[in-house]
Amino acid sequence: MKERVLPSIFANQNRTETSKYSFMSEARKTPLNALHRRLGAKMVNFGGWDMPVEYPSSGGLLAEHRAVRNGAGLFDVSHMGDIRIKTARTKGGALAAVQHLTMNDASKLAVGQAHYSAMLYPEGTFVDDVIVHRLGEDDFLLVINAGTREKDIGWVRKNTAHLDCVVEDLSDAWTQLAIQGPRAIEVLQKLTTADLSQIKGYWFTHGTVCGFANTLIARTGYTGEDGFEIYIPSDVAASEKTWNSVIDAGSEYGIVPCGLGARNTLRLEAKMALYGHEISDSINVWEAGLDRYCKMDKGDFIGRASLEEAKRKPLTRTLVGLEMVERGIARDEYRCWGEAGAEIGVVTSGSPSPTLGKNIALAYVKPEMSELGTTILVEIRSQKCRAKVVATPFYKRARKAAAQPVAN
Amino acid sequence: MAYPAKYRYTKEHEWIDASDNNLATIGITDYAQHALGDVVFVELPKSGAEIKTGKSFGSIESVKAVSDIYAPASGEVVEANAELQNKPETINTDPQGAAWLIKVKLSNPAEISGLMDAKAYEAFIAEKEKEASA
Repeated sequence: MKERVLPSIFANQNRTETSKYSFMSEARKTPLNALHRRLGAKMVNFGGWDMPVEYPSSGGLLAEHRAVRNGAGLFDVSHMGDIRIKTARTKGGALAAVQHLTMNDASKLAVGQAHYSAMLYPEGTFVDDVIVHRLGEDDFLLVINAGTREKDIGWVRKNTAHLDCVVEDLSDAWTQLAIQGPRAIEVLQKLTTADLSQIKGYWFTHGTVCGFANTLIARTGYTGEDGFEIYIPSDVAASEKTWNSVIDAGSEYGIVPCGLGARNTLRLEAKMALYGHEISDSINVWEAGLDRYCKMDKGDFIGRASLEEAKRKPLTRTLVGLEMVERGIARDEYRCWGEAGAEIGVVTSGSPSPTLGKNIALAYVKPEMSELGTTILVEIRSQKCRAKVVATPFYKRARKAAAQPVAN
Repeated sequence: MAYPAKYRYTKEHEWIDASDNNLATIGITDYAQHALGDVVFVELPKSGAEIKTGKSFGSIESVKAVSDIYAPASGEVVEANAELQNKPETINTDPQGAAWLIKVKLSNPAEISGLMDAKAYEAFIAEKEKEASA
């Protein structure tokens, strides 16, 4: 037995810098690395990081996935990077820099608010997707992907050198934990003085968590579920203390440690993009269908001119959701064919969906093949298996649903 | 889970039970199922198909990955385990028993002697685990 296809979560996150870490004999470790190993997690190299993919002690990937959908799950996401951009001299300097660097309209952010955005190349393709937090009038925090950390920080520094701002790489300053699931709010509320019910989705506050004052608490995540991400001091003692406190507080809600495997199936069901898959340096904003996060009327930004130009031409490919009709699981990079025999696209992420009990995928296909219900053949080990185009996201949580009993 | 003494094992974590001279049974080891995680899909050859030592004869998919399965010996497939189509998760619960993959008429039963016995296989995976935790 030998693993043949690398799943999306292990695949090279940053295709333009494939050899970035090849010279490094050892993968980087988060402050919780020893704890993951003590828990018996299966570890993988992810974008140069030694990270847990699943925890047999949690019951494995499927159990972790279900815990997040039904109760709560805890993820170590400290491998994510953090870039702070502050005004250097004159009010508005940081905002101008963020507006120049990212495609969403950061001027619309109130202090305490965050949004999904992306940094683009002049071609209108992706440097990385980011969550922009407005910490203050002249103070922003960009949370970036692990596999693109160095590239991102270099990009930000280079493209803001002429602007009135100070750029700080805070990637190693925090241990970032994601507490996700419909019961996440009850779990975390036990550990903080902040009133979490007052934090709306994609807003944040600062409060004491597990005794650590001034902790950033954001109602964000990458699972399609309600949840929070907290940023605590990155020393091992503080990190392990907080991790253990969250697990203890969540035990009555069935909380379990969750790895990158469940993180991937959860984000795929919610159709959240993964760098190197749905977005990359060769895919533009319109193709990725991220139009609503791209504010063309906010003023100039890097990539805007190319996007303006691209908007005048018809799309050559578009991202669709697929559901397998025949037996078989579509995987990243599998080829897609039309019934008439022409090659029409490629799968970017594919997996069984634990919530739906179906095999799902995201794929770039020719626009004429993107109608809902269109039959698409996915080539699986030289066999063409029928799939159909379906509406996305594959999974959408019920808002303000009554509390569900916790499944075991 | 113990590794049965009457089986022989490959470095790719397949086992073969050739104790019945005419009909050998092939599966994957407990170590393999653990490494895979939740198995969700199994693809096996039809009866009558030829398998060749060291060549892939099918695949097993977990939620997160696809893995090829390699033939420990050459021969003709007599039966594939049909139960696994509807219950692939049996591979996680009973990989060395009920979740056998194929039964094969060996073309050269003497090949088996080149494979590891249970003791050697246990030593082999102990070494692997040491590497993984290093």
